[in-house]
Amino acid sequence: MGRWAIAVHGGAGIDPNLPVEKQEQAKQLLTRCLNLGIAALRSNVSAIDVVELVVRELETDPLFNSGRGSALTENGTVEMEASIMDGTKRRCGAVSGITTVKNPISLARLVMDKSPHSYLAFSGAEDFARKQGVETVENDYFVTEDNVGMLKLAKEANSILFDYRVPLIGCAGAAVTDSPLQMNGLPISIYAPETVGCVVVDGEGRCAAGTSTGGLMNKMMGRIGDSPLIGAGTYASELCGVSCTGEGEAIIRSTLARDVSAVMEYKGVGLQEAVDYVIKERLDEGFAGLIAVSSKGEVVCGFNCNGMFRGCATEDGFMEVAMWE
Amino acid sequence: MVGWAVALHGGGGDIPIDLPDERRIPRETALRHCLDLGISALKSGKHPLDVTELVVRELENHPDFNAGKGSVLTAQGTVEMEASIMDGKTKSCGAVSGLTTVVNPVSLARLVMEKTPHIYLAFDAAEDFARTHGVETVESSHFITPENIARLKQAKEFNRVQLDYTAPTPKEPEIFGDSQTGTVGCVAVDSAGNLAAATSTGGYVNKMAGRIGDSPIIGAGTYANHLCAVSATGKGEYIIRATLAREVAALMEYKGLSLTEAAAYAVEHSGPRGTCGLVAVSANGEVAMPFNTNGMFRACATEDGYTEVAIWPKK
Repeated sequence: MGRWAIAVHGGAGIDPNLPVEKQEQAKQLLTRCLNLGIAALRSNVSAIDVVELVVRELETDPLFNSGRGSALTENGTVEMEASIMDGTKRRCGAVSGITTVKNPISLARLVMDKSPHSYLAFSGAEDFARKQGVETVENDYFVTEDNVGMLKLAKEANSILFDYRVPLIGCAGAAVTDSPLQMNGLPISIYAPETVGCVVVDGEGRCAAGTSTGGLMNKMMGRIGDSPLIGAGTYASELCGVSCTGEGEAIIRSTLARDVSAVMEYKGVGLQEAVDYVIKERLDEGFAGLIAVSSKGEVVCGFNCNGMFRGCATEDGFMEVAMWE
Repeated sequence: MVGWAVALHGGGGDIPIDLPDERRIPRETALRHCLDLGISALKSGKHPLDVTELVVRELENHPDFNAGKGSVLTAQGTVEMEASIMDGKTKSCGAVSGLTTVVNPVSLARLVMEKTPHIYLAFDAAEDFARTHGVETVESSHFITPENIARLKQAKEFNRVQLDYTAPTPKEPEIFGDSQTGTVGCVAVDSAGNLAAATSTGGYVNKMAGRIGDSPIIGAGTYANHLCAVSATGKGEYIIRATLAREVAALMEYKGLSLTEAAAYAVEHSGPRGTCGLVAVSANGEVAMPFNTNGMFRACATEDGYTEVAIWPKK
């Protein structure tokens, strides 16, 4: 009989000058999502179902970059992507280029459960969604005023941005001088975390993971990041469940999520050691973070950048919501 | 000082041993031709990225393989092509999906890697990107071959998604004596130990529009690092969940297996029989081409003069 554990994240790489009220909102949302997951786990809901319901909550809330509140493409639209994986048989589902589906993580789940494929994208994915009767809305449902402002800022800075949650307080130039910290080659004050995720191990020792995002602010249309890529942003096996966030390109080339499991499988180390190893050795110059659970009921968060919005809880009553080291 | 090596594949699957000559010989000839191209390129000092790109371009242009021209068709009777490429030294990579008019998907993947801050572009936007960069495009009908129209018809008649190499079962009428098409790929290493891998495909016959397989997914269909370069073929859904290409490298790194052991282990453990195969080279100039399907169109060469062109398992 195993012990359950759960972790959630709202993205890695946080501006140290993030206003206090935003920090509070983030903590409240993470706490609420954790509590949702905990209640489900206590009622014996399976890991994969818990992952889906928690990520749905994160997508629905406009605070983080997924679902409603997603970062905008260069055209001011929203293109979302997500992936989900069930560690027990390593089944998986992923979607990209989603523009009208309210909860991309649920569509990814349907791809896994109801299609002969693992990954559907763009209009093909949207058609599948309609055939499955999934809830759809107009694209502007996902667009928030904050993000419209951020996109403008990003264009002024003429750079690719992770979404920027700090309210507009001046031009991009001023923001650039605020802090020496960098993320993706940009000053951290014009970078902000993106992607949400959840990893769960249930009382039966089954692991699952899910990740969802709107991607990079001002991204090229059609750009796919790490979040829908199995092995990069998401992975789950019989041993663990992992969800990553941060610089997408770095996560992809280091197959970050897969490597946590591979290190456990092939070097026989435990979860903490595996996470420490991949964060330290696999990212080269890249910045990223991840949350992970093991089939033994452990939960670990790791990141090499400035902060990660995260929360975790285990069956023995431990619970923590944090942003910084 | 180690030697160069190159390996390429034209897809693995259920290739019947009694494949008629008129189906077998053109493909063997093509494999030999592509191998020779790869060999000359390496001998003239071209970087493995260039070598894998040019070999895969050649395979894409050949109508008998499932990539570029000759891609299998979606349920809608269209082509949706995808590809990826990776440089082992820098781990830079590029990938594209949902292409309908780009003549050489692997070259577009390379352009994404080199000319954008991103790794992966797909569908309409990838097509737009191609146009903006003056990449060669043609009418979609260019890619469609009569054989693939027939394959789609066959697949629809039996209402199934078909791995492109699946031979018809005895009960089903045969439209053609074969279904020999499959993902293409190439891996190469030069004498300095630089490694690269590239993979390209049209995907599954009768696939849903918008279905993405393993070929454009870094870690699944394609992977390269400082130890090895890998290109996989087979049932995409298995290759994705097993992160097959990455697995070979992970086994070498974390379990200290040799290329041959790692490649064999990865294929064996990625799924049931009949699901996958791969070609791989190591920084030391070794080659491995394991598969758990009935056959895999493949070829390889190493600097010491060894060459091989084959379809079925060696006796």
